[in-house]
Amino acid sequence: MLNKIYDWVDERLDITPLWRDIADHEVPEHVNPAHHFSAFVYCFGGLTFFVTVIQILSGMFLTMYYVPDIKNAWESVYYLQNEVAFGQIVRGMHHWGASLVIVMMFLHTLRVFFQGAYKKPRELNWIVGVLIFMVMMGLGFTGYLLPWDMKALFATKVGLQIAEATPVIGTAVKTLLAGHPEIVGAQTLTRFFAIHVFFLPAALLGLMAAHFLMIRKQGISGPL
Amino acid sequence: MSDNKHRVSRRQFLNYTLTGVGGFMAAGMLMPMVRFALDPVLKGEAGGEMVAVAQVKDITTEPKRFDFKVKVKDAWYESEEPRSAWVYKDDKGEIVALSPVCKHLGCTVNWNGDKEHPNQFFCPCHYGRYEKDGTNVPGTPPIHPLDRYELKVKDGTLYLGKAKPRGEA
Repeated sequence: MLNKIYDWVDERLDITPLWRDIADHEVPEHVNPAHHFSAFVYCFGGLTFFVTVIQILSGMFLTMYYVPDIKNAWESVYYLQNEVAFGQIVRGMHHWGASLVIVMMFLHTLRVFFQGAYKKPRELNWIVGVLIFMVMMGLGFTGYLLPWDMKALFATKVGLQIAEATPVIGTAVKTLLAGHPEIVGAQTLTRFFAIHVFFLPAALLGLMAAHFLMIRKQGISGPL
Repeated sequence: MSDNKHRVSRRQFLNYTLTGVGGFMAAGMLMPMVRFALDPVLKGEAGGEMVAVAQVKDITTEPKRFDFKVKVKDAWYESEEPRSAWVYKDDKGEIVALSPVCKHLGCTVNWNGDKEHPNQFFCPCHYGRYEKDGTNVPGTPPIHPLDRYELKVKDGTLYLGKAKPRGEA
């Protein structure tokens, strides 16, 4: 059945080369855990991507109930966590996934670093990877405020004070992030929501596309 | 036995197992999220409680408007919403409570609102009219009779529930 649908479309649009180009590439022996078990260290990049996909999916579903507003944010989170079926699970996926992304990304970075896989000609990919790391930290920082509980509020106050400690432009940066020179409140929450849900994910998708294009173009670095 | 016909190649075997296991994992991931999104559909309506609206002794054969408030719970937002009803006793002495919401486009109807058509409910928005028992007058915009409130009388007090289309109440 599925095969027939595929053939029908393929006959007209010739889609096979499209996905073959993406999916069909040889895994070198030194990267294949079937040959050397230690090759499992190569899985962390893929796992980072996998957890990122879960984050995007669970985040999309969470916004069906979440409201970025100082009066409703906490109550909507409480409601979706306690009264909506599987609310605890979906929010749990997003909560634990956030930490897991950082862990996986860190292990991936360690592997690339200790194998020297960042060396010429892959310096650009290392730089893009560092940018992805920064975007992920930004996602973690902005997402932390959204439940609008005491922990979120004071963590954000600390974060904003760190930003404020920047020489010369510190105060401006803080106001830009918080939306108000003194108050961490209504405008901070909407801003953080917009950054968390639109701006940073857009940047992340772009950077990940560049990351993957480069690794396909250059191939995985050779054995040690 | 035709063993050769049913031989599964290594490639096929791996294809089936990987698709199966992968599908199982994907389903395990997606199922909670989908059920989470479907929750409002599956939750079902909360049984609305009846609200005290009027004293039976105040109800006459002439429709009279009674205003009352119902508690509404919209997820985490709880509020009291104003409602009103046209209440009267019919020829048999039974109490009838009609919703004032016009079945055309939802404006509020008035008893005797139009001097040219006495003893009818009148909607000022598009001149919709209803008989005293709520039946829509043919030739005017509404195509259904006014909704009727579920009601009960206890200790001389009238309690109203949900407004339902005629035939269901």
